[in-house]
Amino acid sequence: MATFLGINLFGLFGQLLVGLINGSFYALLSLGLAIIFGLLKIINFAQGAMYMLGAFAAWMALNYFGINYWAALILVPLAVGFAGVLIERVLLRPIAGEDHLYSLLLTFGIALVLQGLFTQIYGASGQPYSIPDALKGGTKLPFMYLPDYRAWIIVASVVVCGLTWFMIEKTRLGAYLRAGTENPAMLQAFGINVPLIVTLTFGFGVGLAGFAGVMAAPVYSVSPDMGSNMLIVVFAIVVIGGMGSIGGAILTGLGMGIIEGLTKYFYPEASTTVIFAVMVIVLLLKPAGLFGKEA
Amino acid sequence: MSTYGEKIRISDLHAFYGESHILHGIDLNVKQGELVTLLGRNGAGRSTTLRSIMNMVGRRSGTININGRQTIGMASHRIAHLGIGYCPEERAIFSSLNVEENLMLPPAVRSDGMCVEEIYDMFPNLYERRYSQGTRLSGGEQQMLALARILRSGANILLLDEITEGLAPVIVKKLGEVLQKLKQRGLTILLVEQNFRFAAPIADRHYVMEHGHIVEEVGAHELEARADMLHTYLGV
Repeated sequence: MATFLGINLFGLFGQLLVGLINGSFYALLSLGLAIIFGLLKIINFAQGAMYMLGAFAAWMALNYFGINYWAALILVPLAVGFAGVLIERVLLRPIAGEDHLYSLLLTFGIALVLQGLFTQIYGASGQPYSIPDALKGGTKLPFMYLPDYRAWIIVASVVVCGLTWFMIEKTRLGAYLRAGTENPAMLQAFGINVPLIVTLTFGFGVGLAGFAGVMAAPVYSVSPDMGSNMLIVVFAIVVIGGMGSIGGAILTGLGMGIIEGLTKYFYPEASTTVIFAVMVIVLLLKPAGLFGKEA
Repeated sequence: MSTYGEKIRISDLHAFYGESHILHGIDLNVKQGELVTLLGRNGAGRSTTLRSIMNMVGRRSGTININGRQTIGMASHRIAHLGIGYCPEERAIFSSLNVEENLMLPPAVRSDGMCVEEIYDMFPNLYERRYSQGTRLSGGEQQMLALARILRSGANILLLDEITEGLAPVIVKKLGEVLQKLKQRGLTILLVEQNFRFAAPIADRHYVMEHGHIVEEVGAHELEARADMLHTYLGV
Protein backbone atom coordinates (compact mmCIF):
# COMPACT_ATOMS: atom_id res chain seq x y z
CA MET A 1 0.00 0.00 0.00
CA ALA A 2 1.39 3.39 -0.98
CA THR A 3 1.98 5.54 2.06
CA PHE A 4 3.71 8.85 2.63
CA LEU A 5 4.48 10.06 6.19
CA GLY A 6 2.05 7.43 7.37
CA ILE A 7 -0.74 8.70 5.13
CA ASN A 8 -2.53 6.15 3.02
CA LEU A 9 -2.38 7.87 -0.36
CA PHE A 10 -5.05 5.65 -1.94
CA GLY A 11 -7.47 6.60 0.76
CA LEU A 12 -6.53 10.26 0.69
CA PHE A 13 -6.85 10.67 -3.06
CA GLY A 14 -10.06 8.67 -3.03
CA GLN A 15 -11.62 11.07 -0.54
CA LEU A 16 -10.23 14.07 -2.41
CA LEU A 17 -11.98 12.81 -5.53
CA VAL A 18 -15.25 12.35 -3.66
CA GLY A 19 -14.77 15.85 -2.31
CA LEU A 20 -14.23 17.27 -5.78
CA ILE A 21 -17.35 15.53 -7.07
CA ASN A 22 -19.44 16.91 -4.23
CA GLY A 23 -17.75 20.27 -4.76
CA SER A 24 -18.79 20.22 -8.43
CA PHE A 25 -22.41 19.90 -7.42
CA TYR A 26 -22.05 22.51 -4.68
CA ALA A 27 -20.52 24.89 -7.24
CA LEU A 28 -23.34 24.42 -9.77
CA LEU A 29 -26.06 24.83 -7.17
CA SER A 30 -24.56 27.77 -5.32
CA LEU A 31 -23.82 29.49 -8.65
CA GLY A 32 -27.51 29.28 -9.55
CA LEU A 33 -28.49 30.60 -6.12
CA ALA A 34 -26.01 33.48 -6.37
CA ILE A 35 -27.24 34.56 -9.83
CA ILE A 36 -30.87 34.49 -8.72
CA PHE A 37 -30.13 36.29 -5.47
CA GLY A 38 -28.14 38.96 -7.28
CA LEU A 39 -30.90 40.12 -9.60
CA LEU A 40 -34.10 39.08 -7.82
CA LYS A 41 -32.89 39.42 -4.20
CA ILE A 42 -34.71 36.15 -3.64
CA ILE A 43 -33.28 33.30 -1.62
CA ASN A 44 -34.53 30.43 -3.72
CA PHE A 45 -35.36 27.61 -1.34
CA ALA A 46 -36.65 25.59 -4.30
CA GLN A 47 -33.13 25.28 -5.78
CA GLY A 48 -32.67 21.83 -4.18
CA ALA A 49 -36.09 20.72 -5.45
CA MET A 50 -35.09 21.84 -8.96
CA TYR A 51 -31.95 19.72 -8.67
CA MET A 52 -34.12 16.77 -7.62
CA LEU A 53 -36.52 17.59 -10.47
CA GLY A 54 -33.58 17.49 -12.91
CA ALA A 55 -32.53 14.04 -11.72
CA PHE A 56 -36.10 12.71 -11.86
CA ALA A 57 -36.68 14.28 -15.27
CA ALA A 58 -33.60 12.46 -16.58
CA TRP A 59 -34.86 9.22 -15.05
CA MET A 60 -38.36 9.69 -16.48
CA ALA A 61 -37.00 10.69 -19.88
CA LEU A 62 -35.02 7.45 -20.02
CA ASN A 63 -37.67 5.13 -18.66
CA TYR A 64 -40.78 6.60 -20.29
CA PHE A 65 -39.45 8.02 -23.55
CA GLY A 66 -36.13 6.25 -24.10
CA ILE A 67 -34.25 9.56 -24.11
CA ASN A 68 -30.64 8.78 -23.27
CA TYR A 69 -28.30 10.56 -20.84
CA TRP A 70 -26.65 12.82 -23.41
CA ALA A 71 -29.93 14.11 -24.81
CA ALA A 72 -31.24 14.53 -21.26
CA LEU A 73 -28.18 16.60 -20.39
CA ILE A 74 -29.40 19.21 -22.91
CA LEU A 75 -33.19 18.80 -22.71
CA VAL A 76 -33.69 18.49 -18.96
CA PRO A 77 -31.98 21.79 -17.99
CA LEU A 78 -34.12 23.50 -20.63
CA ALA A 79 -37.28 21.89 -19.24
CA VAL A 80 -36.37 22.69 -15.63
CA GLY A 81 -35.44 26.24 -16.70
CA PHE A 82 -38.84 26.56 -18.35
CA ALA A 83 -40.48 25.40 -15.12
CA GLY A 84 -38.48 28.18 -13.44
CA VAL A 85 -39.77 30.71 -15.96
CA LEU A 86 -43.34 29.68 -15.15
CA ILE A 87 -42.69 29.84 -11.39
CA GLU A 88 -41.26 33.35 -11.73
CA ARG A 89 -44.04 34.66 -13.96
CA VAL A 90 -47.00 33.04 -12.23
CA LEU A 91 -45.98 32.85 -8.56
CA LEU A 92 -43.04 35.14 -7.79
CA ARG A 93 -43.94 38.15 -9.99
CA PRO A 94 -47.17 38.97 -8.13
CA ILE A 95 -45.30 39.22 -4.80
CA ALA A 96 -42.20 40.94 -6.20
CA GLY A 97 -43.01 44.19 -4.39
CA GLU A 98 -43.59 42.54 -1.01
CA ASP A 99 -41.10 41.76 1.73
CA HIS A 100 -38.53 39.15 0.63
CA LEU A 101 -39.76 36.87 3.39
CA TYR A 102 -42.80 36.12 1.20
CA SER A 103 -40.75 34.86 -1.72
CA LEU A 104 -38.55 32.85 0.62
CA LEU A 105 -41.60 31.14 2.12
CA LEU A 106 -43.13 30.66 -1.31
CA THR A 107 -40.05 28.92 -2.74
CA PHE A 108 -39.81 26.85 0.45
CA GLY A 109 -43.42 25.81 -0.14
CA ILE A 110 -42.71 24.92 -3.76
CA ALA A 111 -39.83 22.72 -2.60
CA LEU A 112 -42.05 20.91 -0.08
CA VAL A 113 -44.84 20.39 -2.62
CA LEU A 114 -42.46 18.98 -5.25
CA GLN A 115 -40.71 16.72 -2.78
CA GLY A 116 -44.05 15.48 -1.43
CA LEU A 117 -45.39 14.91 -4.91
CA PHE A 118 -42.42 12.76 -5.96
CA THR A 119 -42.46 10.84 -2.68
CA GLN A 120 -46.15 10.13 -3.23
CA ILE A 121 -45.59 8.83 -6.76
CA TYR A 122 -42.19 7.12 -6.56
CA GLY A 123 -41.74 6.43 -2.85
CA ALA A 124 -38.90 7.62 -0.66
CA SER A 125 -36.35 5.07 -1.84
CA GLY A 126 -34.08 5.90 -4.73
CA GLN A 127 -34.48 5.00 -8.39
CA PRO A 128 -31.44 3.59 -10.19
CA TYR A 129 -29.97 5.42 -13.19
CA SER A 130 -27.01 3.82 -14.86
CA ILE A 131 -23.84 5.52 -16.04
CA PRO A 132 -23.85 6.07 -19.83
CA ASP A 133 -21.91 3.35 -21.70
CA ALA A 134 -19.27 5.73 -23.04
CA LEU A 135 -18.22 6.67 -19.50
CA LYS A 136 -18.31 3.25 -17.83
CA GLY A 137 -14.53 2.74 -17.89
CA GLY A 138 -11.85 4.28 -15.78
CA THR A 139 -8.18 5.22 -15.67
CA LYS A 140 -5.57 3.84 -13.32
CA LEU A 141 -3.48 6.70 -11.93
CA PRO A 142 -0.38 6.22 -9.72
CA PHE A 143 -2.28 6.64 -6.47
CA MET A 144 -5.85 5.93 -7.40
CA TYR A 145 -8.36 4.55 -9.82
CA LEU A 146 -10.31 7.34 -11.56
CA PRO A 147 -13.68 6.26 -12.97
CA ASP A 148 -14.47 8.09 -16.23
CA TYR A 149 -17.86 9.28 -15.10
CA ARG A 150 -16.39 10.93 -11.99
CA ALA A 151 -13.82 12.71 -14.12
CA TRP A 152 -16.60 13.79 -16.47
CA ILE A 153 -18.60 15.33 -13.60
CA ILE A 154 -15.66 17.47 -12.55
CA VAL A 155 -14.78 18.55 -16.10
CA ALA A 156 -18.38 19.27 -17.15
CA SER A 157 -19.14 21.19 -13.99
CA VAL A 158 -15.99 23.30 -14.22
CA VAL A 159 -16.71 24.03 -17.91
CA VAL A 160 -20.34 25.01 -17.27
CA CYS A 161 -19.38 27.15 -14.27
CA GLY A 162 -16.57 28.74 -16.27
CA LEU A 163 -18.82 29.54 -19.24
CA THR A 164 -21.43 31.01 -16.92
CA TRP A 165 -18.78 33.16 -15.24
CA PHE A 166 -17.52 34.33 -18.63
CA MET A 167 -21.01 35.14 -19.83
CA ILE A 168 -21.77 37.22 -16.75
CA GLU A 169 -18.43 39.00 -16.36
CA LYS A 170 -17.36 39.50 -19.98
CA THR A 171 -20.36 39.83 -22.29
CA ARG A 172 -22.99 42.45 -23.07
CA LEU A 173 -25.76 40.24 -21.70
CA GLY A 174 -23.75 39.78 -18.51
CA ALA A 175 -23.33 43.55 -18.26
CA TYR A 176 -27.13 43.84 -18.24
CA LEU A 177 -27.26 41.28 -15.45
CA ARG A 178 -24.59 43.06 -13.39
CA ALA A 179 -26.18 46.46 -13.96
CA GLY A 180 -29.61 45.06 -13.10
CA THR A 181 -28.22 43.57 -9.89
CA GLU A 182 -26.96 47.04 -8.95
CA ASN A 183 -29.76 49.35 -10.09
CA PRO A 184 -32.64 47.69 -11.95
CA ALA A 185 -34.77 50.86 -12.20
CA MET A 186 -32.00 52.77 -13.95
CA LEU A 187 -31.23 49.86 -16.28
CA GLN A 188 -34.86 49.81 -17.30
CA ALA A 189 -34.84 53.58 -17.86
CA PHE A 190 -32.10 52.99 -20.43
CA GLY A 191 -34.54 50.91 -22.44
CA ILE A 192 -33.79 47.37 -21.25
CA ASN A 193 -36.74 45.10 -20.60
CA VAL A 194 -35.76 44.33 -17.00
CA PRO A 195 -38.82 42.20 -16.14
CA LEU A 196 -37.90 39.89 -19.04
CA ILE A 197 -34.29 39.68 -17.85
CA VAL A 198 -35.51 38.83 -14.35
CA THR A 199 -37.63 35.97 -15.70
CA LEU A 200 -34.82 34.59 -17.87
CA THR A 201 -32.32 34.88 -15.04
CA PHE A 202 -34.52 32.90 -12.70
CA GLY A 203 -35.00 30.30 -15.44
CA PHE A 204 -31.25 30.11 -16.04
CA GLY A 205 -30.35 29.81 -12.35
CA VAL A 206 -32.92 27.06 -11.91
CA GLY A 207 -31.77 25.39 -15.15
CA LEU A 208 -28.26 25.10 -13.67
CA ALA A 209 -29.78 23.12 -10.78
CA GLY A 210 -31.56 20.92 -13.34
CA PHE A 211 -28.24 20.33 -15.10
CA ALA A 212 -26.63 19.34 -11.79
CA GLY A 213 -29.54 16.97 -11.22
CA VAL A 214 -28.96 15.12 -14.50
CA MET A 215 -25.25 14.85 -13.73
CA ALA A 216 -26.05 13.53 -10.25
CA ALA A 217 -28.55 10.89 -11.38
CA PRO A 218 -25.93 8.17 -12.14
CA VAL A 219 -23.84 8.76 -8.98
CA TYR A 220 -26.39 9.48 -6.28
CA SER A 221 -29.65 7.61 -6.20
CA VAL A 222 -32.56 9.51 -7.74
CA SER A 223 -34.73 10.15 -4.71
CA PRO A 224 -37.22 12.84 -3.64
CA ASP A 225 -35.10 14.01 -0.71
CA MET A 226 -31.81 14.34 -2.62
CA GLY A 227 -32.37 18.06 -3.08
CA SER A 228 -33.29 18.97 0.47
CA ASN A 229 -30.23 17.10 1.78
CA MET A 230 -28.02 19.03 -0.59
CA LEU A 231 -29.62 22.43 -0.10
CA ILE A 232 -28.69 22.94 3.55
CA VAL A 233 -25.00 22.45 2.73
CA VAL A 234 -25.28 24.67 -0.35
CA PHE A 235 -26.80 27.49 1.71
CA ALA A 236 -23.87 27.25 4.11
CA ILE A 237 -21.54 27.48 1.10
CA VAL A 238 -23.33 30.54 -0.25
CA VAL A 239 -23.00 32.17 3.16
CA ILE A 240 -19.27 31.33 3.24
CA GLY A 241 -18.65 32.63 -0.27
CA GLY A 242 -20.78 35.73 0.13
CA MET A 243 -24.09 36.35 -1.60
CA GLY A 244 -23.99 37.77 -5.08
CA SER A 245 -20.38 36.97 -6.03
CA ILE A 246 -20.37 34.75 -9.12
CA GLY A 247 -16.72 33.69 -9.04
CA GLY A 248 -16.92 33.37 -5.28
CA ALA A 249 -19.84 30.95 -5.45
CA ILE A 250 -17.95 28.68 -7.86
CA LEU A 251 -14.64 28.69 -5.96
CA THR A 252 -16.27 28.26 -2.57
CA GLY A 253 -18.36 25.35 -3.86
CA LEU A 254 -15.34 23.46 -5.16
CA GLY A 255 -13.19 24.42 -2.17
CA MET A 256 -15.74 23.30 0.40
CA GLY A 257 -16.11 19.98 -1.41
CA ILE A 258 -12.36 19.45 -1.09
CA ILE A 259 -12.32 20.47 2.57
CA GLU A 260 -15.16 18.04 3.22
CA GLY A 261 -13.24 15.27 1.41
CA LEU A 262 -10.05 15.93 3.39
CA THR A 263 -11.98 15.91 6.64
CA LYS A 264 -13.50 12.57 5.66
CA TYR A 265 -10.00 11.18 5.48
CA PHE A 266 -8.34 12.80 8.48
CA TYR A 267 -11.27 13.00 10.90
CA PRO A 268 -14.33 11.30 9.43
CA GLU A 269 -16.51 12.10 12.47
CA ALA A 270 -16.45 15.81 11.52
CA SER A 271 -17.02 15.41 7.79
CA THR A 272 -20.71 16.32 7.89
CA THR A 273 -20.21 19.31 10.15
CA VAL A 274 -16.95 20.81 8.87
CA ILE A 275 -18.69 23.09 6.36
CA PHE A 276 -20.91 24.52 9.08
CA ALA A 277 -17.89 25.02 11.31
CA VAL A 278 -16.23 26.96 8.49
CA MET A 279 -19.42 28.95 8.06
CA VAL A 280 -19.40 29.97 11.74
CA ILE A 281 -15.75 31.04 11.54
CA VAL A 282 -16.29 33.02 8.33
CA LEU A 283 -19.38 34.73 9.77
CA LEU A 284 -17.40 35.75 12.85
CA LEU A 285 -14.38 37.07 10.93
CA LYS A 286 -15.90 38.33 7.67
CA PRO A 287 -19.68 38.60 7.93
CA ALA A 288 -20.15 39.46 4.24
CA GLY A 289 -18.50 36.18 3.22
CA LEU A 290 -15.11 35.44 1.69
CA PHE A 291 -15.94 37.10 -1.64
CA GLY A 292 -18.85 39.31 -0.58
CA LYS A 293 -18.75 43.08 -0.55
CA GLU A 294 -18.96 44.69 2.87
CA ALA A 295 -22.15 46.71 2.99
CA MET B 1 -53.10 66.92 -29.62
CA SER B 2 -49.51 67.84 -30.06
CA THR B 3 -48.38 70.42 -32.49
CA TYR B 4 -45.55 69.77 -34.89
CA GLY B 5 -42.09 69.88 -33.35
CA GLU B 6 -43.30 69.44 -29.80
CA LYS B 7 -41.19 66.73 -28.11
CA ILE B 8 -42.59 66.80 -24.58
CA ARG B 9 -46.06 67.95 -23.52
CA ILE B 10 -47.14 67.40 -19.95
CA SER B 11 -50.60 68.30 -18.68
CA ASP B 12 -52.02 68.05 -15.20
CA LEU B 13 -49.31 65.66 -14.01
CA HIS B 14 -49.65 64.41 -10.47
CA ALA B 15 -47.03 62.13 -8.95
CA PHE B 16 -46.91 60.22 -5.70
CA TYR B 17 -44.33 58.33 -3.65
CA GLY B 18 -46.39 56.05 -1.48
CA GLU B 19 -48.77 58.36 0.39
CA SER B 20 -46.82 61.52 -0.40
CA HIS B 21 -48.31 63.68 -3.13
CA ILE B 22 -45.26 65.31 -4.75
CA LEU B 23 -46.43 66.90 -8.01
CA HIS B 24 -49.71 68.80 -8.02
CA GLY B 25 -50.78 69.23 -11.64
CA ILE B 26 -47.73 70.13 -13.70
CA ASP B 27 -48.17 71.62 -17.19
CA LEU B 28 -45.14 72.12 -19.39
CA ASN B 29 -43.96 71.63 -22.92
CA VAL B 30 -40.61 71.46 -24.68
CA LYS B 31 -40.26 71.97 -28.42
CA GLN B 32 -37.75 70.27 -30.65
CA GLY B 33 -34.26 71.76 -30.30
CA GLU B 34 -35.17 73.76 -27.21
CA LEU B 35 -33.19 73.77 -24.00
CA VAL B 36 -35.59 74.32 -21.12
CA THR B 37 -34.70 74.39 -17.45
CA LEU B 38 -36.61 73.54 -14.31
CA LEU B 39 -35.51 75.96 -11.61
CA GLY B 40 -36.45 75.95 -7.98
CA ARG B 41 -35.31 75.08 -4.52
CA ASN B 42 -34.51 71.58 -3.30
CA GLY B 43 -37.69 69.59 -2.82
CA ALA B 44 -39.70 71.74 -5.26
CA GLY B 45 -40.40 68.65 -7.39
CA ARG B 46 -37.97 69.19 -10.26
CA SER B 47 -36.25 65.77 -10.05
CA THR B 48 -39.61 64.12 -9.52
CA THR B 49 -40.82 65.72 -12.76
CA LEU B 50 -37.97 64.04 -14.66
CA ARG B 51 -38.50 60.75 -12.87
CA SER B 52 -42.22 60.93 -13.65
CA ILE B 53 -41.45 61.28 -17.35
CA MET B 54 -39.47 58.03 -17.09
CA ASN B 55 -42.22 56.33 -15.04
CA MET B 56 -39.85 55.91 -12.11
CA VAL B 57 -42.13 57.26 -9.39
CA GLY B 58 -44.60 55.28 -7.31
CA ARG B 59 -47.75 56.46 -9.08
CA ARG B 60 -48.54 59.17 -11.59
CA SER B 61 -51.63 60.54 -13.31
CA GLY B 62 -52.31 63.09 -16.02
CA THR B 63 -50.89 63.25 -19.51
CA ILE B 64 -47.29 62.95 -20.64
CA ASN B 65 -46.91 63.03 -24.41
CA ILE B 66 -43.52 62.23 -25.91
CA ASN B 67 -43.38 62.90 -29.66
CA GLY B 68 -47.16 63.08 -29.47
CA ARG B 69 -47.53 59.66 -27.83
CA GLN B 70 -49.24 59.27 -24.48
CA THR B 71 -46.83 57.46 -22.13
CA ILE B 72 -48.64 57.44 -18.80
CA GLY B 73 -49.36 53.71 -19.04
CA MET B 74 -46.02 52.75 -20.57
CA ALA B 75 -43.26 50.74 -18.85
CA SER B 76 -40.08 52.74 -18.41
CA HIS B 77 -38.01 50.73 -20.91
CA ARG B 78 -40.56 51.48 -23.63
CA ILE B 79 -40.46 55.18 -22.82
CA ALA B 80 -36.68 55.17 -23.32
CA HIS B 81 -37.18 53.77 -26.81
CA LEU B 82 -39.15 56.87 -27.78
CA GLY B 83 -35.74 58.54 -27.87
CA ILE B 84 -35.32 59.70 -24.28
CA GLY B 85 -32.02 59.67 -22.42
CA TYR B 86 -32.23 60.21 -18.67
CA CYS B 87 -29.27 61.26 -16.58
CA PRO B 88 -30.23 61.08 -12.89
CA GLU B 89 -28.88 63.36 -10.19
CA GLU B 90 -26.84 60.55 -8.61
CA ARG B 91 -25.43 59.78 -12.10
CA ALA B 92 -26.01 56.04 -11.62
CA ILE B 93 -22.64 54.88 -12.88
CA PHE B 94 -22.53 51.11 -12.34
CA SER B 95 -19.66 50.03 -10.10
CA SER B 96 -19.68 46.45 -11.36
CA LEU B 97 -19.04 47.68 -14.93
CA ASN B 98 -15.94 49.34 -16.30
CA VAL B 99 -16.08 52.70 -18.09
CA GLU B 100 -16.49 51.21 -21.54
CA GLU B 101 -19.14 48.73 -20.36
CA ASN B 102 -21.01 51.62 -18.74
CA LEU B 103 -20.78 53.55 -21.98
CA MET B 104 -22.01 50.63 -24.09
CA LEU B 105 -24.75 49.58 -21.67
CA PRO B 106 -27.79 51.50 -22.95
CA PRO B 107 -29.16 49.92 -26.12
CA ALA B 108 -29.65 52.15 -29.16
CA VAL B 109 -33.01 53.86 -28.78
CA ARG B 110 -32.64 55.59 -32.17
CA SER B 111 -30.39 54.80 -35.09
CA ASP B 112 -28.34 57.98 -35.29
CA GLY B 113 -26.53 58.00 -31.95
CA MET B 114 -22.97 59.24 -31.64
CA CYS B 115 -20.39 56.57 -32.36
CA VAL B 116 -17.80 55.59 -29.78
CA GLU B 117 -15.03 57.51 -31.60
CA GLU B 118 -17.07 60.72 -31.50
CA ILE B 119 -17.77 60.19 -27.81
CA TYR B 120 -14.11 59.64 -26.98
CA ASP B 121 -13.27 62.66 -29.11
CA MET B 122 -15.64 64.78 -27.05
CA PHE B 123 -14.51 63.26 -23.72
CA PRO B 124 -10.85 62.20 -24.07
CA ASN B 125 -10.60 61.37 -20.35
CA LEU B 126 -13.08 58.56 -20.78
CA TYR B 127 -10.93 56.98 -23.48
CA GLU B 128 -7.86 57.04 -21.26
CA ARG B 129 -9.74 55.41 -18.42
CA ARG B 130 -11.98 53.09 -20.43
CA TYR B 131 -10.94 49.94 -18.54
CA SER B 132 -11.25 51.48 -15.06
CA GLN B 133 -14.12 50.56 -12.79
CA GLY B 134 -16.92 53.04 -13.49
CA THR B 135 -17.13 54.42 -9.98
CA ARG B 136 -13.35 54.94 -9.72
CA LEU B 137 -13.64 58.00 -11.98
CA SER B 138 -13.64 61.49 -10.54
CA GLY B 139 -17.01 63.19 -10.09
CA GLY B 140 -16.54 65.20 -13.27
CA GLU B 141 -15.53 62.15 -15.30
CA GLN B 142 -18.50 60.22 -13.95
CA GLN B 143 -20.78 63.05 -15.03
CA MET B 144 -19.28 63.01 -18.52
CA LEU B 145 -19.71 59.25 -18.66
CA ALA B 146 -23.34 59.56 -17.60
CA LEU B 147 -23.88 62.08 -20.38
CA ALA B 148 -21.83 60.19 -22.97
CA ARG B 149 -23.80 57.03 -22.22
CA ILE B 150 -27.12 58.52 -23.31
CA LEU B 151 -25.61 60.31 -26.32
CA ARG B 152 -24.31 57.02 -27.68
CA SER B 153 -27.78 55.49 -27.44
CA GLY B 154 -29.05 58.05 -29.94
CA ALA B 155 -31.49 59.66 -27.53
CA ASN B 156 -32.59 63.05 -28.89
CA ILE B 157 -34.58 64.15 -25.87
CA LEU B 158 -32.31 64.51 -22.86
CA LEU B 159 -33.52 64.74 -19.28
CA LEU B 160 -30.57 66.02 -17.26
CA ASP B 161 -30.72 66.31 -13.48
CA GLU B 162 -28.23 68.62 -11.72
CA ILE B 163 -25.33 67.75 -13.98
CA THR B 164 -23.07 70.49 -12.58
CA GLU B 165 -23.63 69.69 -8.92
CA GLY B 166 -20.43 69.47 -6.92
CA LEU B 167 -18.13 69.85 -9.92
CA ALA B 168 -15.11 72.12 -10.38
CA PRO B 169 -15.65 75.31 -12.43
CA VAL B 170 -13.48 74.05 -15.30
CA ILE B 171 -15.66 70.93 -15.64
CA VAL B 172 -18.83 73.00 -15.41
CA LYS B 173 -17.52 75.14 -18.26
CA LYS B 174 -16.80 72.02 -20.31
CA LEU B 175 -20.31 70.72 -19.69
CA GLY B 176 -21.71 74.07 -20.82
CA GLU B 177 -19.81 73.72 -24.09
CA VAL B 178 -21.08 70.19 -24.54
CA LEU B 179 -24.67 71.30 -24.05
CA GLN B 180 -24.17 74.10 -26.62
CA LYS B 181 -22.90 71.52 -29.12
CA LEU B 182 -25.84 69.22 -28.45
CA LYS B 183 -28.21 72.12 -28.96
CA GLN B 184 -26.62 72.89 -32.29
CA ARG B 185 -27.20 69.28 -33.27
CA GLY B 186 -30.91 69.86 -32.66
CA LEU B 187 -31.26 67.82 -29.48
CA THR B 188 -34.06 68.68 -27.09
CA ILE B 189 -32.99 69.15 -23.49
CA LEU B 190 -34.94 69.44 -20.26
CA LEU B 191 -32.48 70.47 -17.58
CA VAL B 192 -32.91 70.54 -13.83
CA GLU B 193 -30.33 72.99 -12.57
CA GLN B 194 -29.41 74.64 -9.30
CA ASN B 195 -26.62 76.68 -10.85
CA PHE B 196 -28.54 79.54 -12.44
CA ARG B 197 -25.38 81.15 -13.85
CA PHE B 198 -24.71 77.92 -15.74
CA ALA B 199 -28.23 77.63 -17.08
CA ALA B 200 -29.04 81.23 -17.94
CA PRO B 201 -26.78 81.73 -20.98
CA ILE B 202 -27.67 78.46 -22.71
CA ALA B 203 -31.38 78.03 -21.99
CA ASP B 204 -34.27 79.18 -24.17
CA ARG B 205 -36.88 79.10 -21.43
CA HIS B 206 -37.16 78.48 -17.71
CA TYR B 207 -39.91 77.02 -15.58
CA VAL B 208 -39.82 77.89 -11.91
CA MET B 209 -41.17 75.23 -9.56
CA GLU B 210 -42.29 75.45 -5.96
CA HIS B 211 -44.06 72.90 -3.75
CA GLY B 212 -44.85 70.62 -6.68
CA HIS B 213 -46.33 73.38 -8.85
CA ILE B 214 -44.97 75.34 -11.77
CA VAL B 215 -45.26 78.94 -10.58
CA GLU B 216 -43.60 80.91 -13.38
CA GLU B 217 -42.48 80.54 -16.95
CA VAL B 218 -39.70 82.88 -18.08
CA GLY B 219 -38.26 83.28 -21.58
CA ALA B 220 -34.53 83.86 -21.98
CA HIS B 221 -35.11 87.46 -23.13
CA GLU B 222 -37.19 88.30 -20.03
CA LEU B 223 -34.53 87.25 -17.52
CA GLU B 224 -33.26 90.72 -16.69
CA ALA B 225 -36.69 92.24 -16.44
CA ARG B 226 -37.86 89.55 -14.07
CA ALA B 227 -34.71 89.13 -12.01
CA ASP B 228 -36.49 90.21 -8.82
CA MET B 229 -39.10 87.52 -9.16
CA LEU B 230 -36.43 84.87 -9.76
CA HIS B 231 -34.51 86.16 -6.78
CA THR B 232 -37.56 85.65 -4.58
CA TYR B 233 -38.13 82.06 -5.71
CA LEU B 234 -34.57 80.86 -6.00
CA GLY B 235 -32.78 82.97 -3.44
CA VAL B 236 -29.93 83.63 -5.87
